[in-house]
Amino acid sequence: MNGIAIRTSALRKVFGTRVALDTLDLEVRRGEVFGLLGPNGSGKTTTIRILCGLLTPTSGRAEVVGIDVLREPERVRTRIGYMSQRFGLYDDLTVLENLRFYGGLYGLRGAALDDRIEQLLGEVRLSSRAAQMAGTLSGGWKQRLALACATAHRPDLLFLDEPTAGVDPAARQQFWEHIGRLSAEGTTILLTTHYMDEAERCQRLVFLSAGRLIAEGSPAAITRQFDAPTLEAVFIRLQRETGEAA
Amino acid sequence: MTLAARIAGSPFWPMLRKEFVQMRRDRLTLALMVGVPAIQLLLFGFAIQTEVRNLPTLVLDESRTSESRALVAAIANTGNFRLRAEPATSREEIERAIVSGKVRAAVIIPPTYARDLKRGRGAEAQVIIDAADPLAASGAIGGAQQAGMARAQALLPAAVARAAPVRVAVRPWFNPTLRSAVYIVPGIIGVLLSMTLIIIMSIAVVRERERGTLEQLIVTPIGRTSLMLGKVVPFVLVGYVQMSIILLLGRLVFDVPMRGTLALLYTASLPFIFASLAIGLLISTLVRTQAQAMQLGFLVLLPNILLSGFMFPREAMPLLAQWIGAALPLTYFLEILRSVLLRDAGAWAIWPQIGVLSAFAAGFMTLAVLRFHKTMD
Repeated sequence: MNGIAIRTSALRKVFGTRVALDTLDLEVRRGEVFGLLGPNGSGKTTTIRILCGLLTPTSGRAEVVGIDVLREPERVRTRIGYMSQRFGLYDDLTVLENLRFYGGLYGLRGAALDDRIEQLLGEVRLSSRAAQMAGTLSGGWKQRLALACATAHRPDLLFLDEPTAGVDPAARQQFWEHIGRLSAEGTTILLTTHYMDEAERCQRLVFLSAGRLIAEGSPAAITRQFDAPTLEAVFIRLQRETGEAA
Repeated sequence: MTLAARIAGSPFWPMLRKEFVQMRRDRLTLALMVGVPAIQLLLFGFAIQTEVRNLPTLVLDESRTSESRALVAAIANTGNFRLRAEPATSREEIERAIVSGKVRAAVIIPPTYARDLKRGRGAEAQVIIDAADPLAASGAIGGAQQAGMARAQALLPAAVARAAPVRVAVRPWFNPTLRSAVYIVPGIIGVLLSMTLIIIMSIAVVRERERGTLEQLIVTPIGRTSLMLGKVVPFVLVGYVQMSIILLLGRLVFDVPMRGTLALLYTASLPFIFASLAIGLLISTLVRTQAQAMQLGFLVLLPNILLSGFMFPREAMPLLAQWIGAALPLTYFLEILRSVLLRDAGAWAIWPQIGVLSAFAAGFMTLAVLRFHKTMD
């Protein structure tokens, strides 16, 4: 897949009369931590869902890990992990049962599955809560369980849709440490966030507004380009400008 | 990869396991799945009595003779009539009582009854029946005629009675006492299975959609068929548990005969259970919310109850209703149930129905799988 993890060209998605995504060209390099920024309704979730094969674009092309996601979504799915905005695991299954289920769906069996689960539980520090119902976990614990399930099969590429929304600062810190480890192991990560300190940790960013790409580059390059002191200032200015234009 | 390895490594197994764990944990639903059939059976079994007995009846005996009293006794003995202890005194009284609904039938024996009998003329008596409800009336009409015939036989000289030119011997097979429970209870098995399996299954997929778990599930590489089969199979077991409960209660409470082999019945039930679940699954792929699923589920149930031959004989229905009935799996399953349980039919008698049900199961399952897309569109 020659160094490119995601490539989209002229990706467009229309819901009824609303244009959610307008001719998006995106390129994410292998091994990158890539941030998708923008106000609510700017097309971040739509982009991720299309790249995971959850939504069919109205037009345009999308290649994920070198595979056309429109033509072969199932082949893409064995290579990616996805954490949705809303907690998507089973409240009425325990931590262990959720992990067993997702590990099993990704083809792990027997001793390999047991070993992997033990490792994941250690990594996200959920070993002591293995028998607890997922529904009774706090927000931070739930996020870590979701991350463990999404990475059970060691995906090449990980999609995280607002992974730290509603999580306390200490849990956020731990979460990012884990992201750092995954990235160091070579996993490409594409995430959306509203926290500018998290955006600073990304190697490259794009700003979306009303389904259009309006800025692209490393955090430093973007702040330089807009001659702003912080990313936050850039974000607010961009949102104000496009808001007035709209 | 060999076929065996592919089957062992299929995502179907983790899906199946997950469904079982969730089912075991959902105590309320589990209790409902077992309790509802039992309650419904008792309700249906006791309430649906198509044979009408003990119709409140007024007697006007203007003859007041031992002959007229013998006729009244014969009518009472049929069991179709419950005679008022206080006899009527006039025809006007009878008319008022029937019009006002206080009684449903009346026996009028004219003053000339005994005299006509003695003179060898044909004696006449009258039985008036409120036939507004034909079902209730038909039993009473039969009963009245039977009583009249019985009296006539008794009054004829023995030699003449023996020489009657035509005698029709009626033998009611399989249900000699014509108890409706015998006919209804096997039907209830089919109706209850349809009801619970279609409804349970119809909310199975939308529940995951509403809770947000479907999104996470469909980004995994699990195939549509594995997903669907993993959802369906645990409920096949539920279907068998429900069926066993109803059979057992039917036997213990309603004394419903079980003449055929249970092994045959259980085998023949598999395609029906599968077909019902597949219908539910298909509904699940057509709706967006659990509430919609329930509504659509009940919409499907209505023709099943009315047109399958559960309550009303299909032979009496207009052609269109018969055709609709022919498109319902329940219609064929009722035939299987009644054939096996009541008539001790062997596999030779029910294989066409088994064939049709298998086709339904495969057809609906295929439709459901094709309708289900692994997207959020």
